[in-house]
Amino acid sequence: MKPARLIAIAILVLISAGCLLANLLAPAPYAHQFRDLTDAAPSHQHLLGTDDLGRDRFSRLLYGTRVSLLLAPAAALLASLLAGLIGGTAGFLGGRVERAVMAGTDLFLSLPWLFLLITVRALLPLNVSPVVSVMVTFALLGCLGWAGAARVICAGARSFSQSDFVLLARASGSSGFRLLWRHFLPNLKPVLFAQFWISVPVFILAEANLGILGLGVAEPLPSWGSMLRELESLSSLSAQPWQFAPLIVFVVVVTSFHLVLTRQELPA
Amino acid sequence: MKKPSLLFTFLILAACGTLAQSGGQLRFCLHSEPKTFNPVLMQDDASETIRYLTGGVLVRLNRQTQQLEPELATAWKIGDDGKTITFTLREHIRFSDGTPFSAADVVYTIEQLMDPALHSPTGDAFRSGEGKVQAEALSGNRVAIIFPAPISGLDKQFDQVAIMSARSPLKEMAVLGPFVVSENKAGAYLILKRNPNYWKHDANGRPLPYIDSVRLDIQQNRDIEMLRLTHGEVDFINSLDAEYFDKLASQNPAMVHDAGESLDSEFMWFNQSANSPLPAYKKAWFASTNFRRAVSGAINRSDLARIAFHGHARPAAGPVSPANKFWFDAKLQPHPFDQKAALELLAQEGFRFEGDVLHDRDGHAVEFSIITNSGNKYRERMATMIQQDLSGIGIRLNVVTLDFPSLLERMTRTFDYEACLLGLVNTDLDPNSVMNVWLSSSENHQWNPNQKTPATEWEAEIDRLMRAQASSLDPRQRKEYFDKVQEIAWQQEPFIYLVNKNALSAISPGVHNVHPVVLRPQVYWNIDEMSLTSEVARSH
Repeated sequence: MKPARLIAIAILVLISAGCLLANLLAPAPYAHQFRDLTDAAPSHQHLLGTDDLGRDRFSRLLYGTRVSLLLAPAAALLASLLAGLIGGTAGFLGGRVERAVMAGTDLFLSLPWLFLLITVRALLPLNVSPVVSVMVTFALLGCLGWAGAARVICAGARSFSQSDFVLLARASGSSGFRLLWRHFLPNLKPVLFAQFWISVPVFILAEANLGILGLGVAEPLPSWGSMLRELESLSSLSAQPWQFAPLIVFVVVVTSFHLVLTRQELPA
Repeated sequence: MKKPSLLFTFLILAACGTLAQSGGQLRFCLHSEPKTFNPVLMQDDASETIRYLTGGVLVRLNRQTQQLEPELATAWKIGDDGKTITFTLREHIRFSDGTPFSAADVVYTIEQLMDPALHSPTGDAFRSGEGKVQAEALSGNRVAIIFPAPISGLDKQFDQVAIMSARSPLKEMAVLGPFVVSENKAGAYLILKRNPNYWKHDANGRPLPYIDSVRLDIQQNRDIEMLRLTHGEVDFINSLDAEYFDKLASQNPAMVHDAGESLDSEFMWFNQSANSPLPAYKKAWFASTNFRRAVSGAINRSDLARIAFHGHARPAAGPVSPANKFWFDAKLQPHPFDQKAALELLAQEGFRFEGDVLHDRDGHAVEFSIITNSGNKYRERMATMIQQDLSGIGIRLNVVTLDFPSLLERMTRTFDYEACLLGLVNTDLDPNSVMNVWLSSSENHQWNPNQKTPATEWEAEIDRLMRAQASSLDPRQRKEYFDKVQEIAWQQEPFIYLVNKNALSAISPGVHNVHPVVLRPQVYWNIDEMSLTSEVARSH
C-alpha cells in the first residue's frame, strides 16, 4: 500500500473518530454562546476561537463534521444508487427504453428545482427539530441529485453493451440479469464511485445554499455548509485565519477520500 | 487704526474659499436604477434620491432640527378647519429651463398629484376623504389648497411634493431644486448638473449649490461600493450596515459616522390571527399578555444590540424611536432583561418550569418556531440569540429562515406561522404614516390583521386613539393621544420591539459641510451646502 493512501486512511480514521467522540472532545456545547467572548482568537479555552455569537468554533467543527461527514456521503450514496439503477438499466437495455429514460432524465434536469424546493419547504411543518431538518435536507439532495450522474452512467453502460466482452458473454449464453450483475455492474463501479465522490462536496455546499430557502441545517446545529458560509466576509479572513479551519478539514477529507480509492477506480 | 493690508484680506478670502470650495463633482452610488423622473410617480429609493436632489419643494423638513423650514413658500397657514392650507410663494424664481415659477405651477402639481389616473404614491398622503382636492391660485404668488376633510400634520406632507412646471415644454425635467438631470446612461450612471436658476444663496451671497455636478453610479453590489469608496471613486455611502461600518472603521476611522439611533426598528410578534391553522393551546399562549411580556422580558436586548449589531443599535422601548424627537414618548424605557420575573409572569398563567422545560397548564411543552427572511445575517443572529435566551425559561424555539415571498405568503395569506422576526424601515416621523399598522381593521395589523371588530379591548382603545390623533389639528393633543398608543403597545406587547438600528454612513474626508443625521437622506440632506476640497474637485 502506498504511503499516501496510508496517510489518507489515517486522516479519515482520525477525523471520523474525532467527530464521533465529539461529546467527549468538545470543550463546550456547540450551541452555547459565550457572549462576552465573541469573535475571540484561539486560546486554551477555545482552541479555534469563537464565532460572531461567541460559540466555540472547535466544538462546532467537531459536531459539524459529524453532521456533514455522515449525511453528505449518505445523500451521495442515495443519488449514486438511483443514478446507477436508472442510467445503468437504460444503457443496458438500450433502444427505445434508453431513449425514453434519457428523455425523462433530461426533463428532470430541466425542471425549476428552486420552485420545487420552495414547495417542499411550504409542505414541511415549521416546528421541526434541527436534526429532522438536516435529515430532510440531505434526503432531498439525494433524491434530486441523481439525474446528471445517470446520464454519465447510461453512456458508460451503452459503450459496454457494444463491447467485445459483452458480446462474448452473450455468445456464451449469459442471461439478461446475469449479464447485468456479473459483467455490467463490476465494470460500471469506477463510474459510480467517481459520481459518488463528485457528489459529496457538491452536496455539502448545496446544503449551505439551501439555507436561504429554510431547508438547510437549522440553527443552532452546525454543519460544514453553515460554517463555510462564514467565509463570505472575506476582509476579516486575513485578521482571523483560524476561520479557514472548516475549509481545510473539508479539503483534507475530500482529498483523503480520493487518495483512498484504488488506481482502477480513479480514472473514471 | 491701521487698515488691514491687501495681502491679509486676500489670505482671509482664500481661507474662506477653501472651506467652501465651489465646483467639482460629487459621486455616490444608487443601488438600483430610478424607475421614473416624474416626481408625483416616484416610490422607489433611487427615484426619491433624484427627487430630493432636483425637486424644489414649498417647505422642507430640516433633517437635523426636524423642524419645517420655508423653501419656495415664504409663509403658509393652515385654516382653522384643517382642510385648507394657503402658501405665499417666493417671487422672481425660475425653473431650470428659465420658465418663471408661479402659483399656477403649484396648482398644476396638485392636480397631477391627485389625478386618479396617475395613482401617485405621494398623493396618497393627501387623500383625506370623499371629494376632490381643489387648488386655487389666489394671485401670482398665493395659492390655496382645499381638502375634503381635515389632514393632521398637513404642512409636513409638502416636504415630499416637488413642484412641476405647468408651462415648460420640458415638463418634469424642468426643476426648481439645486440640480438638474443632464445625462442618463441607463443601467450605468446619471449626471446631475447644477441648476443655473437655483434660487438659494449662502450668507455671503454666493449662489448655491457649491458643487458643479453629481454623478450617481448604479451599483447594486455593496462590496464594490465599499471598494470604490476606499479607492476614492465615490465620495460617500449614505447608509451602511454594522459589519461594513466596522470593516471601514478598522481601515479608515475618519471616514465612518454613527449618527445614533435611527427610526428603523427590529421586532418580533406572535401570530394571533383567528384564521391561523395553529392548535388552540398555542393560540391561547400567544393571546396571553403575560406570555408575550414574559418572552419579551426573557430576551436580552442589550446583547442583541451589542453582538448582533456590533454595538451599532440600542435596545428599543416601543414603536417610536428616540430619534423621532417630537413623537417619542420619553416615559417609556426598554423592557429589562429579567428571566426570573418572566417565569413569575408565566406562573400566573399556569405555566410550570420543570426540568429545564416549560409546560402550560395542560402539560404541553412550550415550543414554537420563529420565521425570518433568509439572507439577513443580523436577523438570523438575533433569532439564534433569542433561541438561547428563551431556553433559559424552558422555551424551545425553532429558527426557520424563509425566502421573502414564502414569508409574505405565510404572513398575509395562509397565516401558517407562530412568530415572526422582521424590521420596519421608517421614513416618516408622523404617526399617520403607521395608521395602517395600528388600526385593527388594517391588513398590515400584522399580529391579527383584517379584524371586523377589535378582538381585544386594548386594540379597540388603540383604534380610538389613532383615529382621534388623526382627526385632531392640535399637535399637543395628537401627541397625548399617540403617547397613550405607545403606552398600550408597551404594556400589551403585540409587537416585541427589540432594537433600534443606528444610522451609519461613510464619507470621504474630501467632502465638507457634511452633518450626517438619522433621517433620510442621512448624508446629503443639505446637498446645496456641501462642498469638495480643491484636491477632490480637481481629481473628479
